[in-house]
Amino acid sequence: MGGHFSNTGALSTLTQEYRRRPDFFRGACLFACILTVLLLVFIFGEILLKAWPAIHKFGFGFITGTQWSPNREVFGVLPVLIGTIASSFLALLVALPLGLAIALFLSEDFLPDPLRQVIRFVVELLAAIPSVVYGLWGIFVVIPLVQQYGTILSAHFGFLPLLAGPAYGNSLLTASLVLALMVLPTITAISRSSLVVVPYSLREGSYALGATRWETILRVILPTAAPGIVASAILAFGRAMGETMAVAMLIGNSQRLSWSLLSPSNTLSALLANQFAEADGIQISALMYAALLLVALTLVVNLAGEMVLRQTQRATAGLR
Amino acid sequence: MSTEEHPIQIPNSTARPLELTDDFSPGETNFIKVDNFKFFYGKKEALHGINLEIPSRRVISFIGPSGCGKSTLLRNFNRMNELIPGVRHEGDITIHGTSIFDPSVEVIALRRRIGMVFQKSNPFPMSIYENIVYPLRIAGQGDRSVHDETVERCLCSAALWDEVKDRLHDSALGLSGGQMQRLCIARAIASSPEILLMDEPCSALDPIATAKVEELIIELKKDFTIVIVTHNMQQASRVSELTAFFYLGNLVEFDETRKIFTNPSKLQTEEYITGRFG
Repeated sequence: MGGHFSNTGALSTLTQEYRRRPDFFRGACLFACILTVLLLVFIFGEILLKAWPAIHKFGFGFITGTQWSPNREVFGVLPVLIGTIASSFLALLVALPLGLAIALFLSEDFLPDPLRQVIRFVVELLAAIPSVVYGLWGIFVVIPLVQQYGTILSAHFGFLPLLAGPAYGNSLLTASLVLALMVLPTITAISRSSLVVVPYSLREGSYALGATRWETILRVILPTAAPGIVASAILAFGRAMGETMAVAMLIGNSQRLSWSLLSPSNTLSALLANQFAEADGIQISALMYAALLLVALTLVVNLAGEMVLRQTQRATAGLR
Repeated sequence: MSTEEHPIQIPNSTARPLELTDDFSPGETNFIKVDNFKFFYGKKEALHGINLEIPSRRVISFIGPSGCGKSTLLRNFNRMNELIPGVRHEGDITIHGTSIFDPSVEVIALRRRIGMVFQKSNPFPMSIYENIVYPLRIAGQGDRSVHDETVERCLCSAALWDEVKDRLHDSALGLSGGQMQRLCIARAIASSPEILLMDEPCSALDPIATAKVEELIIELKKDFTIVIVTHNMQQASRVSELTAFFYLGNLVEFDETRKIFTNPSKLQTEEYITGRFG
């Protein structure tokens, strides 16, 4: 060593110079990171602060109460809470099988690769459509459909609480169907990526034992990718709960508890969007309380999804 | 590739025509017969007319430098190469007199009669028990007692039973590398195949695990015809009775292992085994 570098002084100056430059960059990145964290804390704190009067006044009764009438200053959010979870769950029920089927189709070589890329791109493009456009599409396409077929359904199966009439166009079902379409890209993208990382050696092993393609998919590939698929479902659920505009346009904004899928309902985010503009006094605080619940709910769901996803990545890393 | 020339006629209607039952004598000399076999990846000819007769219940090793075609030939015995797009073959391979390429041969049935062990162990992410039962399940065998019996028999054959008998329902991914490979061997023999193909089964294992697998191979030849591809000359000489040396898509020499390693007839073979190329 040393012999090649007679001019060690210049070298060390240069080294210091190189070390200094990343220092500035590092500082800038750190600042941005801290700012993001602070922003989250600030938003949460602000909501908590604004919600405090309502929390103080209504306490836990806010969550279990079934009445929401701002005129009488009675605020109970249970029907809305149920509507939030029910609409997201229904959306998932529709979107998961569909999204999983698409993901399987795009991860296996059923189609030539260029065609697969096109379909994948189109599905991911669904995520780029603005929420309000989904809402408009829902108003002009889905609402008439739900009204038409809902009336027929409730005429024949109206004895079932889930399908009791009358069939309004604006309903839990309408919102759920549009939500299903909106979370489809999330499910497809994450499921697909967990399917494609299933090692080829497992497929090969299965084929070599005399398995057909479908046996291999159902018994080896899907179980191996299962945690990733579960994660995609959880994250999609979280997205559906937070979705606002399209839901506010379609769900009918009714705080009445109803079993029927064909009745209007409401979600936390739609409630906020619809009422905040005209709210004042304690109603603002009540809405902030609702916002707090929404944030807490989506936070928990998203955290769960991320955790499952991380678990998956660790598990499949062990396979390779 | 017509079937007329083969001693056993295949009835056209049966669902599983490739019956390789116990009616062959242990010393059948041309159990697997490779007849002027050529294989192409797209336009590239990987095997140039191989002729080879493999007797039953022996261990045969395929040796040769990388890219010589030994794995390609091995993967044709259970038609695994067909998973690769753009491949084709000429010539024929027969097992017990039946062409494996005959239209009436179901590739699924063929693969159930030929076990395969890969270079990298590939246990499925399920329990040890379920890994071994997998070939039975896909064959429609759902009987619990058959499952239990098979798991014990195969794990014993793979010299793994004592190590895992108390944790059969734990994930197979918790096993060591050597145990995983022996589990894959146990799985490969679960559907009672006649032939066991091994594609460099020890190349990812440490010397101790390798020694165990080699012992196992010698033990298993009582029941199976074993074809093993290996880069390890010592391994070939330790486990196999017959050795085929491949070079550039040709079968250069096929003889008793002892003769190949002590007194090969071809100069190329000698140069390869003495380490002058490859």
